[in-house]
Amino acid sequence: MNVDRIAELFGRDLKVINVGLEAFADNLVELGVEVQQVDWKPPAGGDTRILALFDRLAANASQDIDAANAEAVARIMQAKPTLIDIGVASDVVPGMHNKLVLHAGPPVAWQNMAGPLRGAVIGGLLYEGLAGDAAEAEELAASGEITFDPCHHHDAVGPMAGVVTASMPVWIVENRSFGNRAYCTLNEGLGKVLRYGAYSQEVIHRLKWMAAELAPVLQAALKRRGPIDMKNIIAQVLQMGDEGHNRNRAGTSLMIRELAPHLVMLEEPKEKLARVLTFMHENDHFFLNLTMPSCKSTIDPARDIEASSLIVAMARNGTEFGIQISGLGDRWFTGPAAVVDGLYLPGFSAADAARDIGDSVITETVGIGGFAMAAAPAIVKFVGATPQDAMTFTRRMYDITVAENDTYQIPAMDFRGTPTGIDLFKIVETGTLPAINTGIAHKDPGVGMVGAGLVKPPESCFTRAFEAFAERYGRCT
Amino acid sequence: MGSVAALPILYGLQITELCFSREEEAVTLKRIIVRKDSYYDSVVLMSISAEIKKIDGVTEAVVAMGTEVNLALMQDMGLDDDEVAEAGPNDLIVALEAEAQEVLDRAVAAVHELLRAKSSGEAAAVYRPTGLESAVKALADANLVVISLPGRYAAREARKALLADRHVMLFSDNVPIEQEVELKKIAEERGLLMMGPDCGTAIINGMPICFANAVRRGDIGVVSAAGTGLQEVACSIERSGGGISQGIGTGGRDLKDERVGGTMVRMAVQALAKDPVTKVIAVVSKPPAPALVPVVMKALKAGGKPCVVHFIGAEAGSPLENIRYSNSLEETARMAVALSRGETYTPRVFDLSEDEIAAIVERETAAMSARQRYVRGLFAGGTLTDEAVCVLHEPLGGVYSLDPLDSAFKLTDPHRSQAHTIVDLGEDAFTVGRPHPMIDASIRTERIEQEMQDPEVAVLLIDCVIGYSSHPDPAGAMLAALGAAKERARANGGYLAVVGSVTGTEGDSQNIHAQRRKLESAGCVVMPSNYQGAQLVKRMMARRAS
Repeated sequence: MNVDRIAELFGRDLKVINVGLEAFADNLVELGVEVQQVDWKPPAGGDTRILALFDRLAANASQDIDAANAEAVARIMQAKPTLIDIGVASDVVPGMHNKLVLHAGPPVAWQNMAGPLRGAVIGGLLYEGLAGDAAEAEELAASGEITFDPCHHHDAVGPMAGVVTASMPVWIVENRSFGNRAYCTLNEGLGKVLRYGAYSQEVIHRLKWMAAELAPVLQAALKRRGPIDMKNIIAQVLQMGDEGHNRNRAGTSLMIRELAPHLVMLEEPKEKLARVLTFMHENDHFFLNLTMPSCKSTIDPARDIEASSLIVAMARNGTEFGIQISGLGDRWFTGPAAVVDGLYLPGFSAADAARDIGDSVITETVGIGGFAMAAAPAIVKFVGATPQDAMTFTRRMYDITVAENDTYQIPAMDFRGTPTGIDLFKIVETGTLPAINTGIAHKDPGVGMVGAGLVKPPESCFTRAFEAFAERYGRCT
Repeated sequence: MGSVAALPILYGLQITELCFSREEEAVTLKRIIVRKDSYYDSVVLMSISAEIKKIDGVTEAVVAMGTEVNLALMQDMGLDDDEVAEAGPNDLIVALEAEAQEVLDRAVAAVHELLRAKSSGEAAAVYRPTGLESAVKALADANLVVISLPGRYAAREARKALLADRHVMLFSDNVPIEQEVELKKIAEERGLLMMGPDCGTAIINGMPICFANAVRRGDIGVVSAAGTGLQEVACSIERSGGGISQGIGTGGRDLKDERVGGTMVRMAVQALAKDPVTKVIAVVSKPPAPALVPVVMKALKAGGKPCVVHFIGAEAGSPLENIRYSNSLEETARMAVALSRGETYTPRVFDLSEDEIAAIVERETAAMSARQRYVRGLFAGGTLTDEAVCVLHEPLGGVYSLDPLDSAFKLTDPHRSQAHTIVDLGEDAFTVGRPHPMIDASIRTERIEQEMQDPEVAVLLIDCVIGYSSHPDPAGAMLAALGAAKERARANGGYLAVVGSVTGTEGDSQNIHAQRRKLESAGCVVMPSNYQGAQLVKRMMARRAS
């Protein structure tokens, strides 16, 4: 029996971690002892069955989960998302065809789609000329002639409704370390836009212009510029007050800086170039549709790693919130999409809000967005919080991630790497859910954006995923 | 009840009648609020519930987490609804019943205020780690983890702490013995302290952990199975002019259960034997399991330092090599102090002279009526209870208690005293849904009120444990009840003797002298130690019998 460690304790200053009654910590703090109080709550949400499963699996898994997660996170860190081109969806997106409509989130049938998604589908069908008016579009959507599929099943991501149809232009981002690509449409701006479920003339007209003028001009400029290292730019935007999900002002500005010298060199009328530059300038979220495919291409190589409990996708379709786990293949685990807790644009209130929607939570899965809120103190205005709250949000996320990002850093936290690689196990054990900041769509089709705020994913999808994981990797006895 | 407010306007003249019928029927209003995903510790919530019940007009108040037990309880009380039925252990439920809407509003506001004051992770502006892993990252050189969680979660966290190579103090009770065995095995392998479970007190490097007193540092190391035992010994050491190097709690089962095997007592003794500051080692416990006696003795002998051993309720053995036995908690302290100073120890029972004691006995028993013949001991400290029972059981021909030496004297109903009874009010029977009596004085004052109904009670014996984490003024909280009990006995033509002691020091925020003075102001005979208090009662009862 060796008691050296006890002797060591006797010889040192007492430093205490207090789990439970705070009065015990208060006594010690009063006496000058350094104490760290733990914000404890019952693990696994107090569900004893899940907790027992958790402890059994943690002690006795058939494979090395920690090693698998280390590998998954290493691949995230190694990623080199690079913007290489703009293409037309039907030409470049795997499996894309004229009768296919991609949407955000996990799979959902037409009859179960939420208002904003229905609106965007209607808009998409109008845009493709497959229907003449909204009623016709709805009929077609319900007819079974149109296939609906998640963007995630086609290496793509889409903000809010995330609707992608065949002739839409898409950004192409390639992960230069692994060779995989990801796709995302070009951002349409704020207000009445397709991704928020609006499908009026104005919306369709803008989409047409984007395909006819914006995309070809940007493609030409990009060709002159050459591939853009997105990882580098995202690292910069975090140092400029963006978090890459809900605040994209710095990112949009940087893109303009990257492209402007090449835009002016194109053989195009000044008016045309001015329209392109003005469109980018007037839309702070222009960059969102670049961070999203960058994040998608970053995390996809971390998929399908045996025994990894890393979350490789989080996405919502307005009806359900779904996640995918590296070690569990393409299976979705879903729960009901929540109502966003946020601030509303003038004239709107919580009563107008649709449920949480969009693939943009792909940003949180690689450690930016809500996880990097501390880098974007200005964002807290959106959610009625303080900069201190933003720091707290980020700090909490370290509790459910396996690594600190080696590239994405937070200046105000002494350039600490952002919390990266969300571990299903840690979520289930601590009950801390990923922090997500997002936009709020109107619940009815055709209206558009009504606000922005914070949202919590449903606990049930994590519990379900965990049960499946335990079944798959628990050692049979 | 909005309709009630509207009625006077409609019926004008019937207002008074309406008010009458309302009062007679004691109309009550309910309000139930469920706050999802807001965890608070049950002790915090119990104290909030108690505060809210004190609000004028509040007839019932439950502020609790949605555990199965609590849900059933609320259903029984009629304080449930659909939302409550759906609540889980992480959801906070506030269920209030009051006579008027504005009282409910006030009560709800008060709940929020108290919850805010107690603070929690929810929406707290400052980050706090949510688990042990992140806490260890936040305070990388933490060397002790103090755990006071509900029993069913406690061992899990303790195991994590040990595996992260941190010493552990496990305050929680209701931890299964198998888990204790496992935890102590891990601790032994890694050479770590695993104090507890059910460890109420420790003093590490002079710092009070959980319930402990401000005692000066010195050269006596104390190893104690139980909380108030350690407190009484430490305070007696202070009073005798000595000081504490380390006070290590082990939990009550360490020596009592062979499966635990005295692991922590052995490790603590060995560590104190190696500790250059510690000159004398004191060990206090209930009598060990027979198989473990040689284990303890071997460890003490191997250490070589002078040791004082007190097995509460066991006959003191004769000195053996470096080991001496003592007869009480107080004597343990005094022997240890004498040893540490190289002085000879002179046994004595009372600090006061025999004449002084005889005078007190005479004074306190003279006015008792013939029917007054029983002792009632109402204690907050478990070990202090045991000590009092041990002193009085034989001379009184048997003392009923919850944990008796002789099973024939097991108290049938914890809430009802019979003949001579001494109860530990910290037992589960009293603390379900309420804080421990060392925090919540009302458990004891209610019992005093109950005891005073019994004209056969001659002597009330009490403890008064102060120090860190204890009630801010336990003596003050008892004054009214003690005064009333004495008055009642006088009205019945008798005299109620109250005997007590204060476990504490001058350095404690409650201050031992102030607490003693308060008890004395209520007519309580305050003795220097729990042991002397029990001995005085023994003398009083002998005087009554003669």
